Amino acid sequence: MKRIEINEEYCLGCRLCEVHCVTAHSKSKDIIKTFKSEGFKPLVDSCIAFEKCGYTTFALQCRHCHDAPCIEACLTSAMYRDKEGTVLHDKDKCVGCWMCIMVCPFGVIKPDFKNKRVASKCDLCGDRETPACVEHCPNEAIKLKK
Amino acid sequence: MKYVIVGYSVAAVNAITAIRESDKTGEITVISNEDQLYSRPLISYYLAGKLKKDKIGFTSKDFEKDMKITVLYGAEAVKIETKSRHVELNNKKKLPYDRLLVCTGGSPIKIPVDGLKDGLKGVFTFTKLADAKELEKYIEKNKLKEAVILGGGLIGMKAAEALLGKKMKFKILDIADRLLANTFDKEASALLEEKLKANGCEFLKETTIKKVIAKAGKIEDLVLSSGKKLKAKLLIMAVGVRPEISLVKGTPITAGRGIIVDSRMETGVPGVFSAGDCAEGLEFLSGKGAVIAIWPTAAKQGKVAGHNMAGVKDVFTGSFAMNSVEILGVPSISFGITNPKEDGYEVLKKSADGKYKKIVIKDNKLVGVILVNCIERAGIYGLLIKEKLDVFGLKKELLTDDFGFLLLPTDFRKHFVTGEGTEV
Ligand SMILES: Cc1cc2nc3c(=O)[nH]c(=O)nc-3n(C[C@H](O)[C@H](O)[C@H](O)COP(=O)(O)OP(=O)(O)OC[C@H]3O[C@@H](n4cnc5c(N)ncnc54)[C@H](O)[C@@H]3O)c2cc1C
Ligand code: SF4
Ligand code: SF4
Repeated sequence: MKRIEINEEYCLGCRLCEVHCVTAHSKSKDIIKTFKSEGFKPLVDSCIAFEKCGYTTFALQCRHCHDAPCIEACLTSAMYRDKEGTVLHDKDKCVGCWMCIMVCPFGVIKPDFKNKRVASKCDLCGDRETPACVEHCPNEAIKLKK
Repeated sequence: MKYVIVGYSVAAVNAITAIRESDKTGEITVISNEDQLYSRPLISYYLAGKLKKDKIGFTSKDFEKDMKITVLYGAEAVKIETKSRHVELNNKKKLPYDRLLVCTGGSPIKIPVDGLKDGLKGVFTFTKLADAKELEKYIEKNKLKEAVILGGGLIGMKAAEALLGKKMKFKILDIADRLLANTFDKEASALLEEKLKANGCEFLKETTIKKVIAKAGKIEDLVLSSGKKLKAKLLIMAVGVRPEISLVKGTPITAGRGIIVDSRMETGVPGVFSAGDCAEGLEFLSGKGAVIAIWPTAAKQGKVAGHNMAGVKDVFTGSFAMNSVEILGVPSISFGITNPKEDGYEVLKKSADGKYKKIVIKDNKLVGVILVNCIERAGIYGLLIKEKLDVFGLKKELLTDDFGFLLLPTDFRKHFVTGEGTEV
């Protein structure tokens, strides 16, 4: 199974991972269009929980837990595991009960309070060979492990 | 192997899935006294009209076929014979079992009120899909715009959410001095009360119903404990639920408030397991058995029971109370002991801009949290409680707005974030 490894010592705090995460999940997949005409905001809409404290920074995405608490807690089965073992989210089924946010030990699920559903959760970029965040990290602070 | 499961909800579904991981051929029969499988917490979304059609379920459409199970809908288990190992149904049929799972959930608590008789029209409980459907019909037929909810706990708030979705106004009564009294304190409650008020609803604290006045078999008025009279054409009784354990009464299966189980979710009678809202599983903070009537706990216990029923050892490591409630755009999440009654607890609070955070610490370990309007990274608090992290030097950090892993000790963070195959 694919897994993203984090190396906080290498994180530059550039947030390119977030910018490219949002772009990869946009309609146009075009960086300019994504943030100009599609109206996404890199810091809000990415699937990454970016943390900063003093000069230390790191980017955390869903760990695709082995015994995923979010799947167990989900009231609708909007959170599910696919055949590859990736934990995915079905926006159509989600009712925004925030049970998943309550139990995710990494705090990586972002709520969309307005539309009452999970806004974003890392999907490991589906059929992309390498997730967009990993591909664009300039310093290998996030790396793909297979 | 013959498996019989009484009750068909989240504990059962997780048990079935767990059994089928290893036992592909054993015969699984499920007894359900309802007529379909659905996600109980979604009944408020259903009534509010917020669910798309057919979205009340929580499994794949073909679950029963895929799992090769037989579900007897509309059937009630009335007796368990532990010696001859069978379950008797209301139609006198007897089902033999090798492994039995009792996951009968909870039933709404009934309190005696003067004038409140069974069959009185306009009085409802709110725990089943059938309740929600009947309520829906009744509200439409009588063109009701107002209601009274007795009980400001989780179910009362869920009923409130549903009525708000129907653009109805209501009054919530509770003997406590705040909403969600099991988890909230007055400050947290005040944030919700304010919103309710702004929406034309009201919370009457320290109030209960002394008398129900009916007219032609329909509820008309209430006399409150304060002596005041209140018009009420619709009354939702939401005083709480209790474990549904009537089935094990008079059997060697022992029960306290709920059915007593070991860490494998097996009762004192070999081969008989229990899970979910009817079971007293391990409560993590006290180290004792307790009923924790929430969905994630029922799911986990069901899974553990299922594994063990199929002969694969699995252990329930305990859970603690937690919940997530959003009403009128005010999301809240709480964990553990939020209103300590004894000494020896340290309480930290922060409230600003409509946000409220409360942290409860004992022996330098986090044991309780309330988050109102700031739930974003709530789960990390749950992790700290579970991991019993020493938070002696972290008290200020726990209250900050940008609370996260970077504020936690490096080795703790690295262990979790970069650790191999994170098991939580
Ligand atoms: C309105 C509402 C909202 C809720 N919201 C939340 C929430 O947001 N988050 C959360 O974590 N939890 C919530 N809960 C609690 C959650 O629904 C329960 O914890 C969960 O459903 C427990 O599952 P269970 O499998 O133990 O039993 P249940 O879901 O209670 O199911 C037990 C089943 O067994 C059947 N049964 C009982 N006795 C017999 C018998 N003798 N024969 C045959 N069948 C029988 C019952 O009819 C029922 O269908 C809510 C509950 C309600 C009522
Ligand atoms: S969302 Fe959270 S709980 Fe779910 S798999 Fe990802 S990290 Fe684990
Ligand atoms: S918010 Fe959506 S994904 Fe999360 S538990 Fe609720 S229904 Fe499931």
